[in-house]
Amino acid sequence: MTVTEETVALGMTADGTFVAPGQPGSVVGVKPRYENFIGGHWVAPVKGQYMKNISPATGQPFTEVARSTSEDVELALDAAHAAKDGWGETSLAERAAVLNAVADAIEANLTMLAVAESWENGKPVRETLAADIPLAADHFRYFAGATRSLEGRSTEIDKDTVAYHFHEPLGVVGQIIPFNFPLLMAAWKIAPALAAGNCTVVKPASPTPWSILKLAEVIQDIVPPGVVNIVTGPGGEIGKALASSPRIAKIGFTGETTTGRLIMQYAAENLIPSTVELGGKSPNIFFADVMDADDEFLDKAVEGLVLYAFNKGEVCTCPSRALIQESIYDRFMERCLDRIRKITQGNPLDPTTMIGAQNSAQQLEKISGYVDVGRQEGAEVLIGGEQAKLDGELEDGYYYEPTVLKGHNDMRVFQEEIFGPVLAVTTFTDEADAVRIANDTLYGLGAGVWTRNGNLAYRMGRAIKAGRVWTNCYHLYPAGAAFGGYKISGVGRENHQMMLEHYSQTKNLLVSYSTKPLGFF
Amino acid sequence: MDQSGADEQGAVARVVATPAALKAIAQLIAERGPVMFFQSGGCCDGSLPMCFANGEFVIGSHDVRLGDVGGCPFYIDARQFKVWKHTQLILDVGAGEPEGFSLPAGEDQHFIIRSKVFTAAEQALLDGT
Repeated sequence: MTVTEETVALGMTADGTFVAPGQPGSVVGVKPRYENFIGGHWVAPVKGQYMKNISPATGQPFTEVARSTSEDVELALDAAHAAKDGWGETSLAERAAVLNAVADAIEANLTMLAVAESWENGKPVRETLAADIPLAADHFRYFAGATRSLEGRSTEIDKDTVAYHFHEPLGVVGQIIPFNFPLLMAAWKIAPALAAGNCTVVKPASPTPWSILKLAEVIQDIVPPGVVNIVTGPGGEIGKALASSPRIAKIGFTGETTTGRLIMQYAAENLIPSTVELGGKSPNIFFADVMDADDEFLDKAVEGLVLYAFNKGEVCTCPSRALIQESIYDRFMERCLDRIRKITQGNPLDPTTMIGAQNSAQQLEKISGYVDVGRQEGAEVLIGGEQAKLDGELEDGYYYEPTVLKGHNDMRVFQEEIFGPVLAVTTFTDEADAVRIANDTLYGLGAGVWTRNGNLAYRMGRAIKAGRVWTNCYHLYPAGAAFGGYKISGVGRENHQMMLEHYSQTKNLLVSYSTKPLGFF
Repeated sequence: MDQSGADEQGAVARVVATPAALKAIAQLIAERGPVMFFQSGGCCDGSLPMCFANGEFVIGSHDVRLGDVGGCPFYIDARQFKVWKHTQLILDVGAGEPEGFSLPAGEDQHFIIRSKVFTAAEQALLDGT
């Protein structure tokens, strides 16, 4: 690509790569430091401390955010409580208009937010442009519609007695966002909370606090002050302060199992509800009939296996266990490995990059550790298995090669979420064997089934103990499809109108229209 | 740490700590009082050992105490233990702040787990106990 008015306007360099945020010509402005977003304003942390924010693409800091403390969480809770009555009484039409305006603003800033998200998280910009940011916008639109179409129910108990049921806001909720989809997961949590009439205090993940603050810049004149508040800082300090606060009416969390338990423990102390989504080890199952023809569907199935590398594997539903029917294993895997070899790894801001950088040095180290365990356990490395060394300004970034390990389901690499581009592959004999292996896991978040046989697909989908079974597809996240876990993958659902129930109280008015006394006293 | 995986008594330990981890634990105890560890699983920071003030995390009746490190108890969920029990956990320290709710292992450091698959001899000793 040559430098044209078009590439310059898009914030791209001559080779078609987006200019890094904060650099001259970038579509993303970066301030030297960011404060908390509280009550519609930018508020400095009480103790005046800040922490460096690193881009995993380069391993270098590019801005600072507030290193908040419990005092800042209290300020955010003050702002949210001040706003809750007004927002809770806002008409559904007005509330929906705000959510739609948020969606419009996200869309109007799509490129800016996509580049910011890519730079902070390390994910390829082609994913943020095509998926993360458009889905985030759509999520606000979905809940704008969902809240208007949600009806309370009434029951005629008898001729003169009626039970009315109203949805009432919970008030102020706390929401803790993971690092793998900082903006989309924020949208998943914030949109239903607001749609149900709540105000929220959001804690972004410690490694990815900044893109959400860029979102706050975009929506700060749209959302009434105090309805959305964002406090950044370490989980051990402000995550605990928020989750254990008696001033929240619900806590929503996405993360790992131990913190999930801790969140539920804090919720129990305050007798409030929680929604926790805690990861998985999702099986992706390929039946022999996918190779009955060499056609578009087979091509789709091959891509379906390679989707383990989507977002560099940092997805709670990463299809990180491929179960392939043994009769097609060699032929099918050969095609898949051929496709994996063609994955291009590089600067996340290059729109041709297919796999970017892992989110942090910690994540990179964890992935390496798991591949090491896999080797000790006797897994065969079919491809990859090492950190990827890139050149120039990317040399200190956190890159890992797309990797495939062949082994069996008892290995730890088959049992634990690696959260990297590491696929564990094994074979199965028949349908019963596939179900057995698929369900031989502590987790139950996602699964994939690939077959040309609709009856088989249905049986498998019902037999797998997981909250979502993608059938002849994978990694689609449309608003309106419920998402959540079986087993230790969590409690609750997201991404569906039913979320409005999870963010509401049920008020029952039991009304007598009779004038007659009961006659007891 | 004894690289054979045996503790001072010669028994096979399910969890051991490197000198760096022991130093970090001692420092944490000096600054904040006793701590505890719980091996996590699942999404995001899953697979990392989480360090809390002792008692902060409520231990359930189905949790397994793998052993002690630096005088602090180290637990794992019983279901997770079933699929991890063929490996020894080696508590160590890595660069960077913890990303989740865990206490840091000193300034700009976090606790990590390395793993070693038990040898057949070690496994036999463990199974015998």
